[in-house]
Order: sequence, then structure tokens, then C-alpha cells
Amino acid sequence: MNRPVRPVAVVAFAQSKNVRREDHRNEVEMLMPVVGEVFAKVGMTKDEMGFVCSGSSDYLVGAPFSFVMALDAVGAWPPMRESHVEMDGAWALYEAWTLLQEGELDTALVYSFGRSSPTQLDKVLALQLDPYTLAPLWPDPVAVAALQAQALIDAGLASEADFAEVAARSRRDALGNPNAQVAVDKSVDQLLADDYVVRPLRRHCLPPISDGSAAIVLAAGDRAIQVCARPAWITGIDHRIETHQLGARDLTASPSTTAAARGAGFLGNGDDGAPGTRVDVAELHAPFAHQELVLRRALGLSDDVAVNPSGGALAANALMVAGLTRIGEAAQRIIDGSAQRALAHATSGPCLQQNLVCALAATPEAGTTTSEGGA
Amino acid sequence: MSDTDIGPGSDGGAPDGPVTMLETPIHIDYQYTAGLAQSHFLKGISEGRFLGQRCPKCHKVYVPPRGSCPTDGVATTDEVELGNTGTVTTYCVVNVPFQGQSIEIPYICAQVLLDGANLAFMGLIQEIPTAEVRMGLRVEAVWVDESELAPNLTSVKYFRPTGEPDAPYESFKEYL
Repeated sequence: MNRPVRPVAVVAFAQSKNVRREDHRNEVEMLMPVVGEVFAKVGMTKDEMGFVCSGSSDYLVGAPFSFVMALDAVGAWPPMRESHVEMDGAWALYEAWTLLQEGELDTALVYSFGRSSPTQLDKVLALQLDPYTLAPLWPDPVAVAALQAQALIDAGLASEADFAEVAARSRRDALGNPNAQVAVDKSVDQLLADDYVVRPLRRHCLPPISDGSAAIVLAAGDRAIQVCARPAWITGIDHRIETHQLGARDLTASPSTTAAARGAGFLGNGDDGAPGTRVDVAELHAPFAHQELVLRRALGLSDDVAVNPSGGALAANALMVAGLTRIGEAAQRIIDGSAQRALAHATSGPCLQQNLVCALAATPEAGTTTSEGGA
Repeated sequence: MSDTDIGPGSDGGAPDGPVTMLETPIHIDYQYTAGLAQSHFLKGISEGRFLGQRCPKCHKVYVPPRGSCPTDGVATTDEVELGNTGTVTTYCVVNVPFQGQSIEIPYICAQVLLDGANLAFMGLIQEIPTAEVRMGLRVEAVWVDESELAPNLTSVKYFRPTGEPDAPYESFKEYL
């Protein structure tokens, strides 16, 4: 179980606009305005951060230790407590949350940056597969995702029209998100007239290729209340992984998401799909349209939950950023008062191999106290 | 490990022994984005000039600039043109041959602090016997011919002594 012993909240979130290609700015130049904005929202500076943690991947830019260079966007002198995960920023947030649970530090900056544009993504993403039996075949990510989509159809769990419905809703909702890259109002029928990219996936089922960055400030206990009128308290967070052998998995289900949701206290310990905690909004990291359907089932979300009002990863999918953005978008709805409880999910690897679930609420988890030393 | 461990079997088919090695060549192309600050710097280099940037907060001058001050984490927006001269802050003598080496050994690789800069810069030191190179040595950049100038650091052929008296240790001790 990954439930807090100490209340820690998201107090600020900022993100860049997602674009197909950041032509002129390097990683530092991309990040600086976002880091500046997230600090401005809570009137804090980097000198007030107890910890800084980032998520990114050197494979995307082809530069070793690119995350060290990116630190220039924060300013790493005098020396600070800093860490990095070669993963989506959602996992950097997990590390920071865990550290804040220890009670020594009260604040953390979490950021991530992702440039999907500088390279041949098909090839880079093939390298995350099993290095002996899969990667040498260079399967492209759309083909791998199509296996999962076809498995859903074969199992009678979804249809191509269902995929189109997810895409239509996501891109329509994205019209309200100024940072989205793909936002359009098209009907399911219009989308189903598209050609296949890899059967059964049509273009609308695929995420865009995006460059972008995002940042979050975490604060514990009283510190959170000092800087934010309505902090988004993390009531539970957990992540689980499945085997990297696609053939050994049931691609129609996501047991790692269910397990993470239990760990985060969102789902009870009943069967998969047991009704979870009531949430107003869920931001699910589903890069391919059909993956939202898998996640909804794994989380037992009821139909009245607003899923991905930001447009989700179908509207903007900067790799290493889109997961942290889900947490930020979900938290933002608590911070701005439009939601009481929210759920955020991040994924990594092919076909939802690894999943992180973060439960957020407008009030801290019962049993934790906002004042150090008890209240 | 015998050859049969990795090669085809005696009948030309599957290996006789266990497979202990597998070659999976990987080649990926990248497009590098230098960024606004570095693009400006590299353009300057292609014109035979050193262009840096100053931090608006701590006033340090960075060359090459990355667009931000690593101390303050703020954008460095003021452009600063630096001169051709500087000081060797530290150096090493390269005596070890390695693959792809293009310069005859021994040679000197040094950190050069350009006058007015707050960040040392890597360069070769030539036109001086190896044994005479020292910390504090005053040097100037020697550029390739104008027709060969390009937006990369091969445009700076090397640094050579100016003949000025050595810079005092205090003037560069912060940059070691």
C-alpha cells in the first residue's frame, strides 16, 4: 500500500504548449518558462525547494546525460538535492512524494521534458522491447499497439467505432485546452471513414508526436496550505509493472493498473473492476484510443466520471511528459475548485506495460495530519 | 568459449552449443537542436567572433552560452562579444594515442578563460613547446582561414601565446 503517513499535495502545475517540433529552443530554453511559471503560481523560488526531481529520456534526444544539462533551467548552484528518473515525470513525482513522506523535507519541484521530434521514434520505441527476441525485429509502436487493439476486438470487448468514439471525444475536449496539439470536432462517422494505418488502427486512434514540458510543485502539510488556497492532496500513489514479453500478457486487460489503483487506495480489494472511490474526473494516460477502454475497465470507472477533459494523450503526447501532465491536469481541477476528488494515471512501455495511479482529493487522507507533530 | 558457441552448427543449421552471443546492430539518426543561445554563438564562430551571454542577476558571462544561468536558473538575454585573448586556467598533455586521433602527440588540451568571460573554454595550445605551457599563460585564438569558417569549433584552430606576462593566479583561481 502506498498511502501517505504525511499529507503531501500538488500545489502548482504548469506546462508548455505541445508542438510537433520545437525548432529553435533547446531543452533548457523549453523548460525555463515552465519552471518560472510553476514557481510564480505559488510565489516560491528554487531556493525554497527541498528536492528537485526530473523525468526524461536520453534516447529521445540522442544525448547522454541530457538531464544534467537541463538542470541549468532550474539553476543548480549552490548544490541541491536532486534526482532524475529515465522515465516519465510521473515517476519522478512518485520519487519526490516518497522522499517527502520521510518528513525531512517539505517541498519539491518535479519537472519533465520530452522531445519526440529529433529522432526516428519508431526505432527508439522498438528499443524498449525485449532486446533479444523483439527489438531486433524493429516492430514499430503502432503495429505493437494494433496487436492490443485487435485482441480487444477479438475478445468482443470493443469495436472500431468504440475507438473512434474515444478519439472524437478527446479531440473535441481538447478544443478547450490551449496547450493541446491536436484539437478538432469530428464525428465518429467522419473518423471511421479514415484509412487504416495498421489495421484495426486508423489515424485518429494514434497519439500525435509532440515536444513539450511540464512542472509540478509538491508541498507537505502546512507548507502546502501556506502557498495554495486549495491544494490537491495526494491520498495514494502506486505503480506496478508487467513482463516485457508481449506474448506472455493478456493485452486486453491491465492487471498492473488495477494493482496500482489498489495500492493507491483507489480500488477496494475485491475483483477487478470493483467500484472504486467516487471521483469527479480522471486523467488517463492512454496514448492509443483503445487503451482508454482497457484502463476504464481496469479502474472500474463509472460512465459519469469525466475522463480526460484535457484531451489526454490523444491531444498531446510529449514522451516522458504526458504522464506527469495527467497528474497536473487532474490536480489543477481540484486546485481550481471544479473537482473534489480526481484520479490520475500514467503509463510507460508498450501496450500499457507499466502503470502508475495517483489519487487526489481536496482534503487530506484521513489519518494524516496537516500540522507537524499532530493536530 | 569455442567458435561453435556463436556460429552455425556443424550441419550449417542451429548452433551445436548454447547461444552465448547475439549481434543486434542499432543505428538511429538524430536531428540536433542547438537552441537560440547556442545558435547565436555558433553563428558568431562562423564569423570568427566569440559571442557570449550575461546573466541579468549575477552578471556572469557564459561562453558558449546555453540560454540560462546555471546558478540562478534565469534566461541569459544580454549578448556580449568577447575578444580573442584569454588565460590558460588549466591544461593537460595528451601523450596517449587513440583511435581517430587527428593531431600528432604529444599535444596540449587546455581550458582557456577568455577575457571578460566567467566560463572557461576548451582549446588546443600550439606554437609553444609542450614543456613551457603553464597555468596563467596568456593566449590568443588562431582561426582557420576565412573561407573555411564554419558554425562549429573546428573554426578555432588553436590558441597560441601572446607573449604578455602570465596572469596572476588570483585572477583565474575561481575557474579551475
